[in-house]
Amino acid sequence: MDKQQNARPVLEGPDIARVLTRIAHEIVERAKGADDVVLLGIPTRGVFLARRLADKLEQITERKMPVGSLDITMYRDDLRMHPPRALARTEIPGDGIDGRLVVLVDDVLFSGRTIRAALDALNDIGRPRAVQLAVLVDRGHRELPIRADYVGKNLPTSLRETVKVQLAEEDGRDTVLLGAKPAAPGAHP
Amino acid sequence: MQRHLISAADLTRDDAVLILDTAEEMARVADRPIKKLPTLRGRTVVNLFFEDSTRTRISFEAAEKRLSADVINFTAKGSSVSKGESLKDTAQTLEAMGVDAVVIRHSASGAPYRLATSGWIDAAVVNAGDGTHQHPTQALLDAFTMRRRLVGRDAGLGKDLDGRRITLVGDILHSRVARSNVDLLHTLGAEVTLVAPPTLLPVGVETWPCEVSYDLDSTLPKSDAVMLLRVQRERMNAAFFPTEREYSRRYGLDGDRMAKMPDHAIVMHPGPMVRGMEITAEVADSDRCTVVEQVTNGVSIRMAVLYLLLGGNEPAVSHARPTEEK
Amino acid sequence: MSKTLIRGAKVLGGEPQDVLIDGAVVEAVGRNLSAEGAEVVEADGKVLLPGLVDLHTHLREPGREDSETVLTGTRAAASGGYTNVFAMANTFPVADTAGVVEQVWRLGQESGYCDVQPIGAVTVGLEGAKLAELGAMHESAAGVTVFSDDGKCVHDAVIMRRALEYVKAFGGVVAQHAQEPRLTEGAQMNEGVVSAELGLGGWPAVAEESIVARDVLLAEHVGSRVHICHLSTAGSVEIVRWAKSRGIDVTAEVTPHHLLLTDELVRSYDPVFKVNPPLRTERDVMALREALADGTIDIVATDHAPHPHEDKDCEWAAAAMGMVGLETALSVVQATMVDTGLLDWAGVADRMSFKPAQIGQATGHGRPVSAGEPANLTLVDAAYRGQVDPAGFASRSRNTPYEGRELPGRVTHTWLRGKATLVDGKLT
Repeated sequence: MDKQQNARPVLEGPDIARVLTRIAHEIVERAKGADDVVLLGIPTRGVFLARRLADKLEQITERKMPVGSLDITMYRDDLRMHPPRALARTEIPGDGIDGRLVVLVDDVLFSGRTIRAALDALNDIGRPRAVQLAVLVDRGHRELPIRADYVGKNLPTSLRETVKVQLAEEDGRDTVLLGAKPAAPGAHP
Repeated sequence: MQRHLISAADLTRDDAVLILDTAEEMARVADRPIKKLPTLRGRTVVNLFFEDSTRTRISFEAAEKRLSADVINFTAKGSSVSKGESLKDTAQTLEAMGVDAVVIRHSASGAPYRLATSGWIDAAVVNAGDGTHQHPTQALLDAFTMRRRLVGRDAGLGKDLDGRRITLVGDILHSRVARSNVDLLHTLGAEVTLVAPPTLLPVGVETWPCEVSYDLDSTLPKSDAVMLLRVQRERMNAAFFPTEREYSRRYGLDGDRMAKMPDHAIVMHPGPMVRGMEITAEVADSDRCTVVEQVTNGVSIRMAVLYLLLGGNEPAVSHARPTEEK
Repeated sequence: MSKTLIRGAKVLGGEPQDVLIDGAVVEAVGRNLSAEGAEVVEADGKVLLPGLVDLHTHLREPGREDSETVLTGTRAAASGGYTNVFAMANTFPVADTAGVVEQVWRLGQESGYCDVQPIGAVTVGLEGAKLAELGAMHESAAGVTVFSDDGKCVHDAVIMRRALEYVKAFGGVVAQHAQEPRLTEGAQMNEGVVSAELGLGGWPAVAEESIVARDVLLAEHVGSRVHICHLSTAGSVEIVRWAKSRGIDVTAEVTPHHLLLTDELVRSYDPVFKVNPPLRTERDVMALREALADGTIDIVATDHAPHPHEDKDCEWAAAAMGMVGLETALSVVQATMVDTGLLDWAGVADRMSFKPAQIGQATGHGRPVSAGEPANLTLVDAAYRGQVDPAGFASRSRNTPYEGRELPGRVTHTWLRGKATLVDGKLT
């Protein structure tokens, strides 16, 4: 991955830990003890965030928290705009999702199309009691009627900016970077 | 990957591993209540079979349907000696109906290559077996089965078959499965040995990236997987070997021979098996025989190939791109 | 009668000279000949050869006029510098009777572009079982002297022996298509490394060599002359070389394509490369060139085999075998033999005109370029380089393996008995 030009951190490691703790408490509160919660992270970084949230929820509730992953690649609506992408793992916890409260976890909420694809994917796997969404950053610019239930940070951005989440498990450190999109070659100014 | 899948020899190591890894994820779809993905919705795939093969056709059809493609089956039964015009005309007729991919089975070696390179049609071409040339999805499903059994289902992800010793036994001369497997297994780092009577090995085999032996018994203890190829009884009449009994005595796998294989070694067969010829019932029905798994894995492999060829705006490059948009 | 002066032509590649044609005959060869009353063709250093003679052409008429007719085939011949072609017998009906060979001979006479000498079938219907009426064909107006079942091998040793013996009565020669049939059942290409990989049925070299060996021994035994068609393997070369050293009366031909192309081209599965005998290996190609240079192989013959588009625009196994060759033969020979230094132009004249005429006993062809000889001549621009464009072929068929390939040399003029059949590369 290219080093982004002039990228500046908007969340650092301790901030990320703090907002995840807050989200965990909000989940327990809103889900009334989180008895039937299943966390499903959307690969790649959503999965790490889901695991971290699960750890925090286990500390709060002192119960084992089911956590898994939901790859949405095959459900994307822009498949034909790119070469085929490598598939990531879908791992549904043993007891499944039927009748449970599924909390989808992703790093950045942007157009909402990923979440639409995730809802379709869930549909082929089972029938949850309800579905909620937790994201680390909501950068706006929704293209579909979708909103998050738990937001780590609302980050107003312009479309010329990029938001990049880095997590220790994948990138070696925790940070959220806001940068400028490099000018596309041949694009009109 | 290129736009077509014609020969296992066209795949790089990374292409092949990407297909195997993708197939592992596809395999998990089969465990779900709804065994279907919307990925190829709106794409039309035609199964153009000039040669009878219900097994392969059904496997492709299942893969296509699980990916939500529209499927047209065209079986030109009994026209294995059909004139070329009919291949060209048939393909062009189908393409005029808006076909995105042609899965072709043909008795003439090179027919899929011709279809892909002659300028007759624009659709992607997937070779489902041509003459005695290639059968790349069979080789891929065989490699997938070997990786699962010899390396591990999850442990195998991202890995090839480096150093695994694979033995192919039987009618190499007339076998597209053997040619595809030699190419692919070599690409994946395996050590391949062909075992056959000299009459059933092609002139020129010495240039293939594998060893050749006439002696099955000495090869078995050094094999991690033994793949038996079908031997058609008609070959006897052309003096490739004297009798069925002599063939099975020298090259057939029975329980005693299987006992010479290492404990972890598996027995494979692309099917259909000729029991009593190249394999005894005892071996065919044993736990070490992966014939049924190979059939199951065939669907996953074909899903992976179709996804990687048709799932995007162009075929997947050696390394699929990471997701960008959110 | 009209006169033509060819000025400044390198006769057989020698020093530039003038050649004066008067009527159907070469009037004079020398320096600074008078152009008075003559049409002048400025040769400008081009090479002048005797009109080429092809001992092995398929004109397809009667029966397969969709691929070639005597007229289109002889136009193609004139374009390629030929003044005499021998038409193979595998037509429909087969040229196995005096009636059919006379028909072909007459069509050739009418075409006016090139003399056509029919070849008669050795056996009835090319079936290898019963001798055709060889004597009747010889005595017919066509005066057949060469007999061949080409396309099929006279595989039965007894039939071959009888044929070799029988034609001695009138000085005929049997031209054998050497292919052991059982060893080539289902054969699609040369058997070797490439066929193993492509999964195409193999045509082993031994299937040719075993017949060549048998037939030279038969010829020796019965004291006959035998001609071997389209030699394609290094092994066949060695056998012919041995036979000649032993005094056996054998002659042999090689096609242009076997001098240039190898079985590696089959990897394209493009049936323009499908031919019988098949394209062989680099080693065979080199052995054939060397044998043509040292005279072991006597002549170049085209095996011009036209096929309609649909018979080549298909999968390999379904495709017909054969390539057109009349219009590219000289260029290929220049590329493989002259430009490589293996043969000079006098050698080309020998292998493509003198010797084939001699083997086929063609009268008035394959004569020296000198005063008093029939004016059958070919003018070649050896300095030319260009890509082969089948669209410009005079042949009715386009199945050339050289499309888009750059080849040297171009025939600009052909004279048949003093009459120009080709002028500045255009048929008259």
